[in-house]
Amino acid sequence: MLLQELLRDYLPIAILLFVATGMAFAMVALGHLFGPRRDGKAKLMPYESGMTPIGSAVRRMPVRYYLIAVLFVLFDIEVIFLLPWAVVLRKLGLFGLIEMLVFVTILLVGYIYVWKKGALEWE
Amino acid sequence: MSPVIGIVIEAIIKSALMVFVLATAFAYLTLAERKIAAFVQVRKGPNRVGPWGLMQPAADGIKLLFKEEMVPAGADKVLFFLAPILTMIPAMVIMAVVPIGPDVELFGRSIRLGISDLNVGMLYILSVASVAVYGIVLAGWSSANKYSLLGGLRASAQMISYEIALGLSIIGPIILAGTMSLQGIITAQQQSTWYVLWQPVGALVFFLAGLAEVNRAPFDMPEAEQELTAGYFTEYSGMKFSLFFMGEYIKMVAVCAIATTLFLGGYLGPYVEQLPWLGILYFTIKTTALLFLMIWIRLTLPRLRYDQLMAFGWKVLLPLALANVVVTATATVLLG
Repeated sequence: MLLQELLRDYLPIAILLFVATGMAFAMVALGHLFGPRRDGKAKLMPYESGMTPIGSAVRRMPVRYYLIAVLFVLFDIEVIFLLPWAVVLRKLGLFGLIEMLVFVTILLVGYIYVWKKGALEWE
Repeated sequence: MSPVIGIVIEAIIKSALMVFVLATAFAYLTLAERKIAAFVQVRKGPNRVGPWGLMQPAADGIKLLFKEEMVPAGADKVLFFLAPILTMIPAMVIMAVVPIGPDVELFGRSIRLGISDLNVGMLYILSVASVAVYGIVLAGWSSANKYSLLGGLRASAQMISYEIALGLSIIGPIILAGTMSLQGIITAQQQSTWYVLWQPVGALVFFLAGLAEVNRAPFDMPEAEQELTAGYFTEYSGMKFSLFFMGEYIKMVAVCAIATTLFLGGYLGPYVEQLPWLGILYFTIKTTALLFLMIWIRLTLPRLRYDQLMAFGWKVLLPLALANVVVTATATVLLG
Protein backbone atom coordinates (compact mmCIF):
# COMPACT_ATOMS: atom_id res chain seq x y z
CA MET A 1 0.00 0.00 0.00
CA LEU A 2 2.73 2.40 1.03
CA LEU A 3 4.82 1.33 -1.95
CA GLN A 4 1.90 2.01 -4.26
CA GLU A 5 1.48 5.53 -2.85
CA LEU A 6 5.19 6.22 -3.24
CA LEU A 7 4.98 5.02 -6.83
CA ARG A 8 1.92 7.14 -7.54
CA ASP A 9 3.60 10.28 -6.14
CA TYR A 10 7.21 9.93 -7.23
CA LEU A 11 7.14 7.90 -10.46
CA PRO A 12 5.68 10.83 -12.50
CA ILE A 13 8.45 13.10 -11.17
CA ALA A 14 11.09 10.55 -12.15
CA ILE A 15 9.56 10.42 -15.63
CA LEU A 16 9.56 14.23 -15.92
CA LEU A 17 13.22 14.22 -14.82
CA PHE A 18 13.94 11.66 -17.53
CA VAL A 19 12.12 13.64 -20.25
CA ALA A 20 13.79 16.93 -19.24
CA THR A 21 17.25 15.29 -19.19
CA GLY A 22 16.60 13.77 -22.59
CA MET A 23 15.58 17.11 -24.01
CA ALA A 24 18.65 18.90 -22.60
CA PHE A 25 21.02 16.29 -24.07
CA ALA A 26 19.15 16.33 -27.38
CA MET A 27 19.53 20.11 -27.65
CA VAL A 28 23.29 19.95 -27.05
CA ALA A 29 23.60 17.05 -29.50
CA LEU A 30 21.70 19.02 -32.19
CA GLY A 31 24.02 21.96 -31.70
CA HIS A 32 27.05 19.68 -32.16
CA LEU A 33 25.47 18.17 -35.27
CA PHE A 34 24.63 21.39 -37.10
CA GLY A 35 27.20 23.85 -35.79
CA PRO A 36 30.41 24.41 -37.78
CA ARG A 37 33.81 23.74 -36.22
CA ARG A 38 36.70 26.02 -37.09
CA ASP A 39 39.23 25.94 -34.26
CA GLY A 40 42.16 28.28 -34.00
CA LYS A 41 44.74 28.98 -31.32
CA ALA A 42 43.82 32.62 -30.85
CA LYS A 43 40.11 31.82 -31.04
CA LEU A 44 40.18 29.31 -28.22
CA MET A 45 42.03 31.67 -25.90
CA PRO A 46 39.93 32.60 -22.82
CA TYR A 47 37.97 35.77 -23.58
CA GLU A 48 39.26 38.77 -21.70
CA SER A 49 37.91 41.67 -23.73
CA GLY A 50 40.72 41.41 -26.28
CA MET A 51 43.67 41.22 -23.89
CA THR A 52 46.02 38.24 -23.84
CA PRO A 53 45.14 36.54 -20.53
CA ILE A 54 47.69 36.96 -17.76
CA GLY A 55 48.08 33.94 -15.52
CA SER A 56 45.61 31.16 -14.88
CA ALA A 57 41.94 31.88 -14.32
CA VAL A 58 41.64 29.43 -11.44
CA ARG A 59 43.22 31.39 -8.65
CA ARG A 60 42.69 32.24 -5.00
CA MET A 61 39.32 33.78 -4.22
CA PRO A 62 38.20 36.02 -1.34
CA VAL A 63 37.55 34.16 1.90
CA ARG A 64 34.17 35.92 2.24
CA TYR A 65 32.60 33.48 -0.18
CA TYR A 66 33.48 30.59 2.15
CA LEU A 67 32.13 32.56 5.11
CA ILE A 68 28.82 33.11 3.31
CA ALA A 69 28.64 29.40 2.48
CA VAL A 70 29.15 28.41 6.14
CA LEU A 71 26.53 30.91 7.33
CA PHE A 72 24.16 29.59 4.68
CA VAL A 73 24.47 26.04 6.00
CA LEU A 74 23.67 27.22 9.55
CA PHE A 75 20.61 29.26 8.64
CA ASP A 76 19.31 26.90 5.99
CA ILE A 77 19.20 24.09 8.56
CA GLU A 78 17.11 26.43 10.71
CA VAL A 79 14.63 26.75 7.84
CA ILE A 80 14.51 22.97 7.44
CA PHE A 81 13.76 22.65 11.19
CA LEU A 82 10.96 25.19 10.91
CA LEU A 83 9.19 23.43 8.02
CA PRO A 84 7.76 20.37 9.84
CA TRP A 85 7.01 22.55 12.86
CA ALA A 86 4.96 24.90 10.66
CA VAL A 87 2.86 21.98 9.38
CA VAL A 88 1.81 20.76 12.86
CA LEU A 89 1.78 24.13 14.67
CA ARG A 90 -2.03 24.18 15.04
CA LYS A 91 -1.97 20.79 16.76
CA LEU A 92 0.96 21.65 19.03
CA GLY A 93 -0.66 24.89 20.16
CA LEU A 94 0.98 27.10 22.79
CA PHE A 95 3.60 24.48 23.69
CA GLY A 96 4.92 24.34 20.12
CA LEU A 97 4.95 28.12 19.84
CA ILE A 98 7.04 28.60 23.00
CA GLU A 99 9.44 25.80 22.03
CA MET A 100 10.06 27.45 18.68
CA LEU A 101 10.40 30.92 20.22
CA VAL A 102 13.21 29.54 22.41
CA PHE A 103 14.86 28.01 19.34
CA VAL A 104 14.58 31.24 17.33
CA THR A 105 15.90 33.29 20.28
CA ILE A 106 19.03 31.11 20.51
CA LEU A 107 19.52 31.53 16.76
CA LEU A 108 19.01 35.28 17.03
CA VAL A 109 21.86 35.48 19.57
CA GLY A 110 24.09 33.78 17.01
CA TYR A 111 22.83 36.08 14.26
CA ILE A 112 23.58 39.21 16.30
CA TYR A 113 27.03 37.83 17.14
CA VAL A 114 27.76 37.21 13.46
CA TRP A 115 26.55 40.72 12.59
CA LYS A 116 28.65 42.39 15.34
CA LYS A 117 31.73 40.37 14.35
CA GLY A 118 31.41 41.87 10.87
CA ALA A 119 30.87 38.62 8.98
CA LEU A 120 27.98 40.21 7.07
CA GLU A 121 30.03 43.21 5.93
CA TRP A 122 31.25 43.11 2.34
CA GLU A 123 34.30 45.31 1.89
CA MET B 1 0.20 -4.20 -12.79
CA SER B 2 -2.28 -2.22 -14.85
CA PRO B 3 -2.57 0.81 -12.51
CA VAL B 4 1.20 1.28 -12.74
CA ILE B 5 1.06 1.25 -16.54
CA GLY B 6 -1.77 3.79 -16.37
CA ILE B 7 0.36 6.04 -14.15
CA VAL B 8 3.35 5.71 -16.48
CA ILE B 9 1.41 6.51 -19.66
CA GLU B 10 -0.34 9.48 -18.01
CA ALA B 11 2.98 10.74 -16.64
CA ILE B 12 4.76 10.45 -20.00
CA ILE B 13 2.02 12.44 -21.76
CA LYS B 14 1.94 15.09 -19.04
CA SER B 15 5.75 15.34 -18.89
CA ALA B 16 6.03 15.79 -22.64
CA LEU B 17 3.29 18.45 -22.52
CA MET B 18 4.98 20.19 -19.59
CA VAL B 19 8.38 20.32 -21.33
CA PHE B 20 6.75 21.55 -24.54
CA VAL B 21 4.71 24.24 -22.76
CA LEU B 22 7.72 25.44 -20.75
CA ALA B 23 9.92 25.59 -23.86
CA THR B 24 7.24 27.61 -25.67
CA ALA B 25 6.78 29.86 -22.65
CA PHE B 26 10.55 30.46 -22.65
CA ALA B 27 10.55 31.35 -26.34
CA TYR B 28 7.70 33.83 -26.07
CA LEU B 29 8.92 35.26 -22.76
CA THR B 30 12.12 36.38 -24.52
CA LEU B 31 10.01 38.03 -27.23
CA ALA B 32 7.69 39.61 -24.64
CA GLU B 33 10.65 41.01 -22.76
CA ARG B 34 12.15 42.53 -25.90
CA LYS B 35 8.81 43.97 -26.98
CA ILE B 36 8.02 45.46 -23.57
CA ALA B 37 11.55 46.85 -23.30
CA ALA B 38 11.11 48.41 -26.72
CA PHE B 39 7.81 50.06 -25.78
CA VAL B 40 9.26 51.36 -22.51
CA GLN B 41 12.17 52.89 -24.43
CA VAL B 42 9.94 54.22 -27.26
CA ARG B 43 11.25 51.81 -29.89
CA LYS B 44 9.42 49.26 -32.03
CA GLY B 45 11.28 46.12 -30.99
CA PRO B 46 11.55 42.99 -33.17
CA ASN B 47 9.01 43.40 -36.01
CA ARG B 48 10.59 41.82 -39.12
CA VAL B 49 10.08 38.07 -38.65
CA GLY B 50 6.40 37.28 -39.01
CA PRO B 51 3.51 39.58 -38.08
CA TRP B 52 4.39 41.77 -35.07
CA GLY B 53 7.68 39.86 -34.78
CA LEU B 54 5.88 36.75 -33.58
CA MET B 55 8.23 34.35 -35.39
CA GLN B 56 11.32 35.98 -33.86
CA PRO B 57 11.88 33.22 -31.21
CA ALA B 58 11.86 30.55 -33.94
CA ALA B 59 14.39 32.55 -35.97
CA ASP B 60 16.59 32.96 -32.89
CA GLY B 61 16.40 29.24 -32.18
CA ILE B 62 17.41 28.30 -35.72
CA LYS B 63 20.26 30.79 -35.65
CA LEU B 64 21.61 29.38 -32.36
CA LEU B 65 21.32 25.84 -33.75
CA PHE B 66 23.74 26.68 -36.57
CA LYS B 67 26.26 28.53 -34.42
CA GLU B 68 29.67 27.14 -33.64
CA GLU B 69 30.16 25.59 -30.21
CA MET B 70 33.46 26.66 -28.73
CA VAL B 71 35.29 24.99 -25.87
CA PRO B 72 38.01 27.36 -24.65
CA ALA B 73 41.54 26.03 -24.26
CA GLY B 74 42.19 24.98 -20.66
CA ALA B 75 38.52 24.32 -19.91
CA ASP B 76 37.46 21.23 -17.98
CA LYS B 77 35.72 19.58 -20.93
CA VAL B 78 33.35 17.22 -19.10
CA LEU B 79 32.12 19.82 -16.60
CA PHE B 80 31.94 22.45 -19.35
CA PHE B 81 29.62 20.11 -21.26
CA LEU B 82 27.50 19.15 -18.23
CA ALA B 83 27.03 22.61 -16.66
CA PRO B 84 24.32 23.97 -19.05
CA ILE B 85 22.41 20.67 -18.82
CA LEU B 86 22.61 20.77 -15.01
CA THR B 87 21.24 24.31 -15.07
CA MET B 88 18.30 23.51 -17.31
CA ILE B 89 17.04 20.29 -15.68
CA PRO B 90 16.14 21.67 -12.19
CA ALA B 91 14.33 24.58 -13.83
CA MET B 92 12.05 22.14 -15.65
CA VAL B 93 11.66 19.65 -12.81
CA ILE B 94 10.75 22.25 -10.16
CA MET B 95 7.37 22.79 -11.84
CA ALA B 96 6.36 19.14 -11.22
CA VAL B 97 4.53 19.80 -7.95
CA VAL B 98 2.69 22.96 -9.03
CA PRO B 99 -1.00 22.27 -9.80
CA ILE B 100 -2.11 24.33 -12.80
CA GLY B 101 -5.80 23.46 -12.42
CA PRO B 102 -8.26 21.36 -10.41
CA ASP B 103 -8.76 17.67 -11.20
CA VAL B 104 -10.68 17.15 -14.46
CA GLU B 105 -12.53 14.20 -16.01
CA LEU B 106 -11.02 13.02 -19.27
CA PHE B 107 -11.53 9.65 -21.05
CA GLY B 108 -13.34 8.37 -17.94
CA ARG B 109 -10.34 9.03 -15.70
CA SER B 110 -9.83 11.71 -13.11
CA ILE B 111 -6.75 13.58 -14.31
CA ARG B 112 -4.70 15.85 -12.07
CA LEU B 113 -3.55 19.00 -13.88
CA GLY B 114 0.03 18.86 -12.66
CA ILE B 115 2.66 16.15 -12.69
CA SER B 116 2.33 15.08 -9.04
CA ASP B 117 1.12 16.34 -5.67
CA LEU B 118 3.69 15.52 -2.98
CA ASN B 119 2.81 15.87 0.69
CA VAL B 120 6.27 17.46 1.08
CA GLY B 121 5.79 19.74 -1.95
CA MET B 122 7.40 22.88 -0.52
CA LEU B 123 10.42 20.89 0.71
CA TYR B 124 10.76 19.44 -2.81
CA ILE B 125 10.75 22.96 -4.29
CA LEU B 126 13.42 24.18 -1.85
CA SER B 127 15.67 21.20 -2.52
CA VAL B 128 15.40 21.38 -6.31
CA ALA B 129 16.04 25.13 -6.16
CA SER B 130 19.27 24.38 -4.28
CA VAL B 131 20.44 21.98 -6.99
CA ALA B 132 20.18 24.80 -9.54
CA VAL B 133 23.24 26.48 -7.98
CA TYR B 134 25.53 23.60 -9.05
CA GLY B 135 25.22 24.18 -12.78
CA ILE B 136 26.14 27.85 -12.39
CA VAL B 137 29.14 27.19 -10.12
CA LEU B 138 30.40 24.45 -12.45
CA ALA B 139 29.96 26.68 -15.50
CA GLY B 140 31.96 29.45 -13.84
CA TRP B 141 34.70 27.14 -12.70
CA SER B 142 35.09 24.90 -15.76
CA SER B 143 35.40 27.75 -18.29
CA ALA B 144 38.93 28.68 -17.14
CA ASN B 145 38.04 32.35 -17.63
CA LYS B 146 38.30 35.11 -15.04
CA TYR B 147 34.95 36.67 -15.90
CA SER B 148 33.23 33.30 -15.64
CA LEU B 149 34.83 32.44 -12.31
CA LEU B 150 33.85 35.80 -10.80
CA GLY B 151 30.33 35.49 -12.18
CA GLY B 152 29.97 31.95 -10.85
CA LEU B 153 31.22 32.96 -7.39
CA ARG B 154 28.94 35.97 -7.23
CA ALA B 155 25.98 33.94 -8.43
CA SER B 156 26.47 31.16 -5.91
CA ALA B 157 26.98 33.54 -2.96
CA GLN B 158 23.90 35.54 -3.99
CA MET B 159 21.69 32.52 -4.57
CA ILE B 160 22.49 30.81 -1.28
CA SER B 161 22.10 34.10 0.63
CA TYR B 162 18.62 34.75 -0.73
CA GLU B 163 17.60 31.12 -0.44
CA ILE B 164 17.34 31.54 3.34
CA ALA B 165 14.89 34.43 3.04
CA LEU B 166 13.03 32.45 0.36
CA GLY B 167 12.75 29.44 2.65
CA LEU B 168 11.55 31.54 5.59
CA SER B 169 8.94 33.39 3.53
CA ILE B 170 7.13 30.17 2.55
CA ILE B 171 6.69 29.16 6.20
CA GLY B 172 3.84 31.68 6.64
CA PRO B 173 1.51 30.00 4.10
CA ILE B 174 2.47 26.57 5.46
CA ILE B 175 1.48 27.61 9.01
CA LEU B 176 -1.84 29.01 7.75
CA ALA B 177 -2.66 25.98 5.58
CA GLY B 178 -1.19 23.34 7.92
CA THR B 179 0.28 21.40 4.99
CA MET B 180 3.27 21.46 2.65
CA SER B 181 1.31 20.10 -0.32
CA LEU B 182 0.66 22.81 -2.92
CA GLN B 183 -2.75 21.38 -3.69
CA GLY B 184 -3.52 21.55 0.05
CA ILE B 185 -2.41 25.19 0.22
CA ILE B 186 -4.76 26.06 -2.65
CA THR B 187 -7.66 24.22 -0.99
CA ALA B 188 -6.97 26.13 2.22
CA GLN B 189 -7.07 29.41 0.29
CA GLN B 190 -10.40 28.36 -1.20
CA GLN B 191 -11.80 28.16 2.33
CA SER B 192 -10.36 31.47 3.53
CA THR B 193 -8.98 33.93 0.98
CA TRP B 194 -5.81 34.61 -1.05
CA TYR B 195 -2.84 34.44 1.31
CA VAL B 196 -1.37 37.67 -0.06
CA LEU B 197 -3.95 39.41 2.16
CA TRP B 198 -2.83 37.55 5.31
CA GLN B 199 0.84 37.41 4.36
CA PRO B 200 1.72 40.68 2.57
CA VAL B 201 5.23 40.72 4.05
CA GLY B 202 5.77 37.05 3.25
CA ALA B 203 4.62 37.59 -0.34
CA LEU B 204 6.93 40.58 -0.77
CA VAL B 205 9.94 38.74 0.68
CA PHE B 206 9.19 35.71 -1.52
CA PHE B 207 9.00 37.83 -4.67
CA LEU B 208 12.21 39.79 -3.93
CA ALA B 209 14.15 36.67 -2.91
CA GLY B 210 12.77 34.93 -6.02
CA LEU B 211 14.08 37.78 -8.21
CA ALA B 212 17.52 37.34 -6.63
CA GLU B 213 17.32 33.56 -6.93
CA VAL B 214 16.86 33.74 -10.72
CA ASN B 215 19.50 36.50 -11.04
CA ARG B 216 17.09 39.05 -12.46
CA ALA B 217 17.53 42.81 -12.30
CA PRO B 218 18.00 44.61 -9.94
CA PHE B 219 19.86 41.59 -8.56
CA ASP B 220 21.64 40.64 -11.81
CA MET B 221 25.18 41.10 -10.53
CA PRO B 222 26.33 37.61 -11.65
CA GLU B 223 25.86 38.47 -15.32
CA ALA B 224 26.35 42.22 -15.16
CA GLU B 225 27.04 42.90 -18.85
CA GLN B 226 29.03 46.07 -18.34
CA GLU B 227 31.60 44.57 -15.96
CA LEU B 228 31.64 40.79 -16.42
CA THR B 229 30.55 40.65 -20.11
CA ALA B 230 28.13 37.79 -19.34
CA GLY B 231 29.28 36.36 -16.03
CA TYR B 232 29.34 32.60 -15.73
CA PHE B 233 28.35 31.95 -19.38
CA THR B 234 30.91 34.24 -21.02
CA GLU B 235 32.61 31.35 -22.85
CA TYR B 236 29.43 29.56 -23.94
CA SER B 237 28.04 29.74 -27.47
CA GLY B 238 25.44 28.04 -29.62
CA MET B 239 22.99 25.59 -28.08
CA LYS B 240 24.82 25.44 -24.73
CA PHE B 241 24.38 29.19 -24.38
CA SER B 242 20.71 28.87 -25.20
CA LEU B 243 20.35 26.18 -22.50
CA PHE B 244 21.56 28.69 -19.89
CA PHE B 245 19.13 31.25 -21.23
CA MET B 246 16.34 28.70 -21.21
CA GLY B 247 17.11 27.67 -17.64
CA GLU B 248 17.03 31.27 -16.49
CA TYR B 249 13.71 32.10 -18.15
CA ILE B 250 12.02 28.86 -17.11
CA LYS B 251 13.14 29.55 -13.54
CA MET B 252 11.41 32.93 -13.86
CA VAL B 253 8.22 31.14 -14.90
CA ALA B 254 8.62 28.69 -12.03
CA VAL B 255 9.08 31.41 -9.39
CA CYS B 256 6.00 33.24 -10.69
CA ALA B 257 3.97 30.01 -10.78
CA ILE B 258 4.93 29.13 -7.20
CA ALA B 259 4.20 32.68 -6.01
CA THR B 260 0.78 32.42 -7.70
CA THR B 261 0.08 29.14 -5.94
CA LEU B 262 1.23 30.26 -2.50
CA PHE B 263 -0.10 33.79 -2.35
CA LEU B 264 -2.56 34.44 -5.19
CA GLY B 265 -4.83 31.40 -4.84
CA GLY B 266 -3.30 29.41 -7.71
CA TYR B 267 -5.99 28.34 -10.17
CA LEU B 268 -8.87 29.68 -8.03
CA GLY B 269 -11.30 32.12 -9.63
CA PRO B 270 -14.99 32.63 -10.35
CA TYR B 271 -16.92 29.56 -11.68
CA VAL B 272 -13.88 27.30 -11.35
CA GLU B 273 -15.92 24.66 -9.46
CA GLN B 274 -18.42 24.34 -12.33
CA LEU B 275 -15.87 24.56 -15.14
CA PRO B 276 -12.56 23.04 -13.97
CA TRP B 277 -10.78 23.88 -17.23
CA LEU B 278 -11.16 27.60 -16.41
CA GLY B 279 -8.55 26.99 -13.69
CA ILE B 280 -5.77 26.83 -16.28
CA LEU B 281 -6.83 30.21 -17.66
CA TYR B 282 -6.84 31.86 -14.21
CA PHE B 283 -3.49 30.30 -13.38
CA THR B 284 -1.98 31.55 -16.65
CA ILE B 285 -3.34 35.07 -16.18
CA LYS B 286 -1.96 35.39 -12.65
CA THR B 287 1.44 33.94 -13.59
CA THR B 288 1.70 36.20 -16.65
CA ALA B 289 0.88 39.24 -14.53
CA LEU B 290 3.75 38.40 -12.16
CA LEU B 291 6.10 37.81 -15.11
CA PHE B 292 5.16 41.22 -16.50
CA LEU B 293 5.96 42.69 -13.07
CA MET B 294 9.43 41.08 -13.19
CA ILE B 295 10.15 42.53 -16.65
CA TRP B 296 8.80 45.92 -15.57
CA ILE B 297 11.09 45.94 -12.52
CA ARG B 298 14.09 45.13 -14.71
CA LEU B 299 13.31 48.02 -17.03
CA THR B 300 12.74 50.46 -14.17
CA LEU B 301 15.36 49.89 -11.49
CA PRO B 302 19.15 50.19 -11.75
CA ARG B 303 21.39 47.34 -10.65
CA LEU B 304 22.45 47.13 -6.99
CA ARG B 305 26.10 47.22 -5.96
CA TYR B 306 27.34 43.84 -4.73
CA ASP B 307 27.87 44.87 -1.08
CA GLN B 308 24.40 46.48 -1.05
CA LEU B 309 22.96 43.28 -2.47
CA MET B 310 24.51 41.06 0.20
CA ALA B 311 23.59 43.53 2.95
CA PHE B 312 20.00 43.66 1.71
CA GLY B 313 19.72 39.88 1.78
CA TRP B 314 21.33 39.28 5.17
CA LYS B 315 20.39 42.43 7.10
CA VAL B 316 16.93 43.29 5.73
CA LEU B 317 15.20 40.32 4.10
CA LEU B 318 16.35 37.65 6.60
CA PRO B 319 15.20 39.51 9.79
CA LEU B 320 12.01 40.58 8.01
CA ALA B 321 11.18 37.01 7.00
CA LEU B 322 12.01 35.68 10.48
CA ALA B 323 9.82 38.34 12.13
CA ASN B 324 7.04 37.43 9.71
CA VAL B 325 7.28 33.77 10.77
CA VAL B 326 7.18 34.64 14.48
CA VAL B 327 4.24 37.04 14.10
CA THR B 328 2.29 34.58 11.93
CA ALA B 329 2.88 31.71 14.35
CA THR B 330 1.93 33.79 17.41
CA ALA B 331 -1.23 35.11 15.77
CA THR B 332 -2.24 31.64 14.56
CA VAL B 333 -1.83 30.05 17.99
CA LEU B 334 -3.31 32.87 20.09
CA LEU B 335 -6.20 33.88 17.79
CA GLY B 336 -6.91 30.37 16.45
